[in-house]
Amino acid sequence: MGLDRAAQCLPAATRTSRWDPGAVRRDFPALQQEVRDAPLAYLDNAATTQKPQAVIESIARYYRKDNANVHRAVHLLSARATAAYEGARAKVAQFLNARSAAEIVFLRGTTEAINLVANGLGLQAEEEVVLTHMEHHANIVPWQLQQARSGATLRVLPISPRGELEIEAIEGLLNARTRLVTVSHVSNVLGTVNPIRALVNIAHERGIPVLVDGAQAVPHLEVDLQALDCDFYCLSGHKLFGPTGIGVLYGKAERLSTLPPYQGGGEMIRRVSFEGTKFADPPQRFEAGTPHIAGAVGLGAAIDYLQGLGRAAAAEHEQDLLRYAAERLREVPGLRVIGESPDKVAVVSFVMEGVHAHDIGTVLDHKGVAVRAGHHCAMPLMDFYGVPATVRASFAFYNTREEVDRLVEGLHLAREMLA
Amino acid sequence: MSDELTDLYQELILDHSRHPHNFRTIDDPSHMVDAHNPLCGDMLTLYLRIEEGRVVDASFKGRGCAISMASASMLTDQVKGCSLEEAADLFETMHHLLTGTGSPEPTDLGELGALAGVRHYPMRVKCATLSWHALKAALTEGEPQKVTTE
Repeated sequence: MGLDRAAQCLPAATRTSRWDPGAVRRDFPALQQEVRDAPLAYLDNAATTQKPQAVIESIARYYRKDNANVHRAVHLLSARATAAYEGARAKVAQFLNARSAAEIVFLRGTTEAINLVANGLGLQAEEEVVLTHMEHHANIVPWQLQQARSGATLRVLPISPRGELEIEAIEGLLNARTRLVTVSHVSNVLGTVNPIRALVNIAHERGIPVLVDGAQAVPHLEVDLQALDCDFYCLSGHKLFGPTGIGVLYGKAERLSTLPPYQGGGEMIRRVSFEGTKFADPPQRFEAGTPHIAGAVGLGAAIDYLQGLGRAAAAEHEQDLLRYAAERLREVPGLRVIGESPDKVAVVSFVMEGVHAHDIGTVLDHKGVAVRAGHHCAMPLMDFYGVPATVRASFAFYNTREEVDRLVEGLHLAREMLA
Repeated sequence: MSDELTDLYQELILDHSRHPHNFRTIDDPSHMVDAHNPLCGDMLTLYLRIEEGRVVDASFKGRGCAISMASASMLTDQVKGCSLEEAADLFETMHHLLTGTGSPEPTDLGELGALAGVRHYPMRVKCATLSWHALKAALTEGEPQKVTTE
C-alpha cells in the first residue's frame, strides 16, 4: 500500500514517456471542475497557479501529524516541524542553486521580500535606485515609499515598443550614487524574459547590487542564482504551484548580513534584555514570529513536484502553447498583442479594437475560460502602451492547445457581440 | 449562449456604450466629480449644472468598459430635470438594483432597468455603480469631489 501511495504522488509526466497534459491535469483537483457549464480553462496562471494534489496533501499531512512550533521545544513534534520547515528551506536553496540554505529567507511573498530590502537599505537623500518601466507595482511602490521617506531618487530604465528593456540606456542611469538596480526577471504583462546576467555584469562593474523580482520567472524557467549572480532574488510560492502566504527572499550571504532586522519579535534574536537585544544571523533575523510552517512545507512539496515533472519538457510544452496561441490570435480581427519580444514565457497580453478588456473577460468567463483583464498592477506600462487595460492569457504546463482554441472562440464571440 | 450574458450585454446597453449620450463637458458646471475604479482603470468625470435645486444639465467624459459607459450615459439622461431629492432617490434605487440589495426589483425605471443584469456578475457591479457614486458625491454636501470604487 505504501508503494501504491508513493506511485500516486509521483507527477503524472514521469509515468509516461512523452508530455501528456491530460495526465498532468489529473494531478490538479481544481482543473477537474466545470464552471458555467463548461470545463474550466484556467489561463490566469500569472496571477496564481493551481495546486497539485501532492501540495495539498503535504499541507494536510503536516497539520494532521507534525504540527508544532519550530526551533523551540524539545519534544518530538517540534523536532519534526523544524525538520520539515528547514528541509523546505534547503529544497528552495537547491532548487535555485543558492550557495547555502542560510541565503533563503521565508516571507509572505515577493511583495514582502522587496519591501524588506527597500526598508533595509536605509536610502539617503542623495542616493538613487534604478528600476524599469515594465515593473509590477510591487517593485515600484516600496521604492516610492523609501523615496518619500528619504528624498532618494528613482531612475527608470526605458523599454522599447516590442516590450524589451533598452539595456544600452542603463549606462547613463548608473553613477556613484546608485545604491541598487531592481528589475523583474520576467514581465507579468509582456512575458518578456529580461537579460538579467547582462544587467548584473554592468551593475557589478560599478559595485552596484541587483535585486531581481523572480515571481513570474520561476514558474517557467530553471533559475540558477549562482549563474545569474544577482544579489537578491524574490519569488512567491503561490505562483509556483505552492500555497499562498509563503514566498522567498534570496540574498547573497554578504548582502543579507548587512541588512538590519525588518520586524522585531521572537525567533529573530540571539539574546534579549531590557538594555538591548542581539539579533540572530540571517535568515532567522528576518523571520520574526512563528513562520508560515505549513506554507513552507507546501512550497517544498511544489518544488518536489516540479522537479519530478521534468522542467525542460514542461517548458517546451509551454513554448508550444505560446507559439500556437500567437498564431491563432492573429486570426482574430482587431486584436493587437502587447509584448513581442522573441524571448518570452507563455504569457500573452492583448487588446481588441472597440472592446474593453473587462467586457472580453466577462464573455470569456461565460465560456469557462479564466483570463485576467485589467492593468495587471503595472499602470506605468499601460500608460506606455496607451491602453487602460489589457486581457492577459497566461499558461502553465497543464494547459492545452484545446484551451487556446476555446480562448480564440471566445474572442470571436466577444467581437461579434461587442465590437 | 447563456441568457445571463445576453441579458447583461443587451442591445440597449451596447447602444449606450457605443454612442454614449451627453458625452461632453459642461463649461460652467456647478458640480464636477472625478470617479475612478483603481481595480480596472475605468475613469470618468461627471458634470452637473444644478440651478435652484434642480439638475438642468448632466454630462460625462471618460473611458471604461461597456457597462460603465452605458451606466454613465443612462445616468446623465435620467438625472436631467430631476430635483435634488429625486436625484438622491434615483441613486438609492439604482444602488439597490445594481447590487441586488433592498426591495424587490422596481418596475418603473425605464431604460435603467436594463442595467439589472449586472447583479449576476459580482466582479462587474462596480463598473455599473461608478458613475452613480459620482452622482452621490455631487449631491452630498461636504463629500470629496473625487470618488473611487474598489
